[in-house]
Amino acid sequence: MSTALEAAFKEGQRVRVREDYPPGHIRTPFYIRGKVGHVVKALGEFRNPERLGLGLDGSPKKTLYKVRFQQADVWPNYNGPVHDSVDIDIYQHWLEKA
Amino acid sequence: MAEHNHDHDHGHGRGGIAGFFRRLFHGNEHGHDHPHPHPHEHGHDHGHAQGAHDHGHDHGHGRDHPHPHPHPHPHDHGHDHGHDHGHGHGHDHDHPHPHEHTQREFQPDEKIHSYYQILGLALKELLVEKNVVTGDEIRKAIAARDTITPALGARIVAKAWSDPAYKARLLRDAGPACQELGIDIGPTNLDVVENTDTVHNVVVCTLCSCYPRAILGLPPSWYKSREYRSRVVREPRAVLKEFGTQVPEYMEVRVHDSTADLRYLVLPARPAGTEGMNEEQLAALVNRDSMIGVALADAPKH
Repeated sequence: MSTALEAAFKEGQRVRVREDYPPGHIRTPFYIRGKVGHVVKALGEFRNPERLGLGLDGSPKKTLYKVRFQQADVWPNYNGPVHDSVDIDIYQHWLEKA
Repeated sequence: MAEHNHDHDHGHGRGGIAGFFRRLFHGNEHGHDHPHPHPHEHGHDHGHAQGAHDHGHDHGHGRDHPHPHPHPHPHDHGHDHGHDHGHGHGHDHDHPHPHEHTQREFQPDEKIHSYYQILGLALKELLVEKNVVTGDEIRKAIAARDTITPALGARIVAKAWSDPAYKARLLRDAGPACQELGIDIGPTNLDVVENTDTVHNVVVCTLCSCYPRAILGLPPSWYKSREYRSRVVREPRAVLKEFGTQVPEYMEVRVHDSTADLRYLVLPARPAGTEGMNEEQLAALVNRDSMIGVALADAPKH
């Protein structure tokens, strides 16, 4: 069933979100592109929404990660304590080692 | 993730036309809120009959909005800002009755459907016309969806408060844990996140309006608003405060942006003074907003 893709990122690993702006059905929010966070966990493999958005079957599946970012790293003038965070689910092909 | 979670309900173009239809009318947790046969589940202030506007005159134009700056409405009133009433612009608003006008004015029909709503309705009509589904099936699907209310979530939360082993299972894999209570969340990948002494969770979908519909039903209109979606991720503490929720500085506010295949439900902290309450009594304290994370569970009354 599963394509058994090896998770490329490990729990706790620092990752950067690709700073890229292709057209299409992209589930990576603009505000997080180019930002650095760390992997909380791998969530499993899911059909690729960018392919589904084109009416295709979404294969090959992509590993989805929960990535945690410190708000202070996301917003330069974040108005809150440094320990505030945002968790975002991001597909593997949008992440690179930081 | 459990096996059942793989055939989830996200995105487009799967399962043929019937599958698309199902997503459209009761599985579409992405909820762009378009192809919905209730043209406006929120927004009660449409549709004045022509000539009946002898009240106010100043609403709906945006500029007279009572709130000084855009912010989510903690109560579910959903004004639908920005629709055009089409009357009153630039007139002397003191005229007593419209029928005294010498020149007849016509208030144009209000635009109640967006482009995508029209697209959805057209698709629905075509599916019915071509006998893919019947009107009765659509009605039943809507009725079935409307039976899902936050009471389901409240039962889950109350059980988790009462039974630590259940809570552990729920936090580990929510699907089977819901099933234990006879709650079938279907293909939804649900993740339950726990509020603790040090972390307060709040859920948003900045890209559209993903929401744990299988547990909470339809999202409130503020959840889908641009204001909530853009602000809660940028200044969560300010937004929470507007909802009446003050999170101490020493606690971490953790925003969950449900961008992809998972849906999030907050497990609120159990209120003090609830020792000895049974699950039913506890469930009564679990309000919808506490499971989105913009509020806390209610304090017991006594």
